[in-house]
Amino acid sequence: MWDYFKLVVFGLLAVLTLYLASEARDLAYLVAALIGFLSAVVAFIVTLRQMGGELAPKTGYMDGPVRIGVILTAFWGVVGFLVGTWIAFQLAFPQLNFGWAEGYLNFGRLRPLHTSAVIFAFGGTGLLATSFYVVQRTTGARLWNDSLAWFVFWGYQITILLAATGYVLGATQGKEYAEFEWYVDWWLTIVWVGYLLLYMGTLMKRKEPHIYVANWFYLSFIITIAMLHVVNNLSIPVSLFGSKSVQVFAGVQDAMTQWWYGHNAVGFFLTAGFLGMMYYFVPKQAERPVFSYKLSIIHFWALIFIYIWAGPHHLHYTALPDWASTLGMVFSVILWMPSWGGMINGLMTLSGAWDKLRTDPVIRMMVVSVGFYGMSTFEGPMMSIKAVNSLSHYTDWTIGHVHSGALGWNGMITFGALYFLFPRLWNKTGLYSLRLVSWHFWLATIGIVLYAASMWVTGIMEGLMWREVDAQGFLVNSFADTVAAKFPMYVVRGTGGILYLTGAIIMAYNLWMTVVRAPAARPATAAAPAE
Amino acid sequence: MEGQDTYSIFRAFADSWMLLAMFVFFIGVVVWAFRPGSNAVHKDTANIPFRHEDKPAGDGDTPGAQ
Repeated sequence: MWDYFKLVVFGLLAVLTLYLASEARDLAYLVAALIGFLSAVVAFIVTLRQMGGELAPKTGYMDGPVRIGVILTAFWGVVGFLVGTWIAFQLAFPQLNFGWAEGYLNFGRLRPLHTSAVIFAFGGTGLLATSFYVVQRTTGARLWNDSLAWFVFWGYQITILLAATGYVLGATQGKEYAEFEWYVDWWLTIVWVGYLLLYMGTLMKRKEPHIYVANWFYLSFIITIAMLHVVNNLSIPVSLFGSKSVQVFAGVQDAMTQWWYGHNAVGFFLTAGFLGMMYYFVPKQAERPVFSYKLSIIHFWALIFIYIWAGPHHLHYTALPDWASTLGMVFSVILWMPSWGGMINGLMTLSGAWDKLRTDPVIRMMVVSVGFYGMSTFEGPMMSIKAVNSLSHYTDWTIGHVHSGALGWNGMITFGALYFLFPRLWNKTGLYSLRLVSWHFWLATIGIVLYAASMWVTGIMEGLMWREVDAQGFLVNSFADTVAAKFPMYVVRGTGGILYLTGAIIMAYNLWMTVVRAPAARPATAAAPAE
Repeated sequence: MEGQDTYSIFRAFADSWMLLAMFVFFIGVVVWAFRPGSNAVHKDTANIPFRHEDKPAGDGDTPGAQ
């Protein structure tokens, strides 16, 4: 009965999206409608083929979406790093903005593609997959609803496709990290509500009396992203058949809403969500419980109470009222403490097991990740101080800061989680090659160092050149002077990107070989639970 | 409050009672984390990741579960 209902819904969606495609006013919207149509058709066929078959017993953990999720995480990672490295070289060598690709593959179009690919595709799919894995293992319960889990998983992948095609074809609402247009916003809202229900439902049927701290972080990530996403994307579509929309807020209110969103996307997507990973995978890989559970509770509450106020530091010396920008600065500085509390908690989990750093490259990766978390959560508060910000704002220092957090903290902890998950999800004794993990580790680490160091140099140089005045009070440098001076650092940054990308490709190869070559841990029949 | 615009009312509430309420809640959380007897609970909770690696918990076979 339920299957018939699903068939009807998918059929109607296919008709609706085809109608939307026929009415489309612009190319981005047409492609989006066709993606929706194809998705509905595929869902229809898959449902149809499964009908009438025996219902597989819904026992054991539901790891189907996790398996596909970790594969796609590695895939999106390589894609996102590749686009990032490419646009780094586009900045160094503008000739790479080819004339024939103008309007599609130039820096302006590819930049949001890169940020969304690494944050939402790589990071988001990683968060989705690991949260499905962690919530089941820490509640001792299967995911609340199988169909809902698949809907959330594939629905999120469709969001990524809609956003990515939109960027290349020019559909953007121009809000950093929230570039996708209204129809993607609406779709993501539906998917995200499903995610929240799935997560809450699983927590409700938990077999453990207590909710393990990793789930607190994952849950705060899901709830807060829902709130931020809805408020920041309040816009009115110009036409129901076109991609363009108009923001409800205007001027400084819009800017404040955008950076309230933007900074908390960093705080709750890239920090709280990934801390959920840290609090599960670091103890598991170190084979000892977290250093202090009390500290993890205080870390959680302090982080979410303070992060939410830090956004205005993105708008120092603008039309934003002074009190708001001071408030953002003060809370950013206070935020340093819970961040370092969390870092200490993660690092000290290894106390008594430091020897693993020598023998286990995966734990080394996780420790470096937590180290970068500590470093960028010191650098961030420092840069939010108005006097520092007057030098650093609008320069490449900001980009360096973001990447030491994103490549160092988010990237490395996700790599660690992938190395942890692949052998377990495919029932293998271990990874295909630990030597390759070491290669990945060093390539990625050196890549980040090249990236961050070159951006510090170029950022501070840029800031100093912009403010340099001569004896008469005239500016000494033109903007183009700073661009010319940055060239060597841009090449170094791109080289760092190549190293990081190479490491990720080695990881993808290693994980692939783990699945096809590594010896099985136990007879497969006993281990792989039916979906 | 009479005659004030919405912004001023919200602003006055936000930096007085709301601020106090959130601060009290936060201090309450910290005090609660350090309450007597919490050590045993936290030790048990911190070990959750090491219990159900392969399969969901059957009813009643979980240490610490009711």
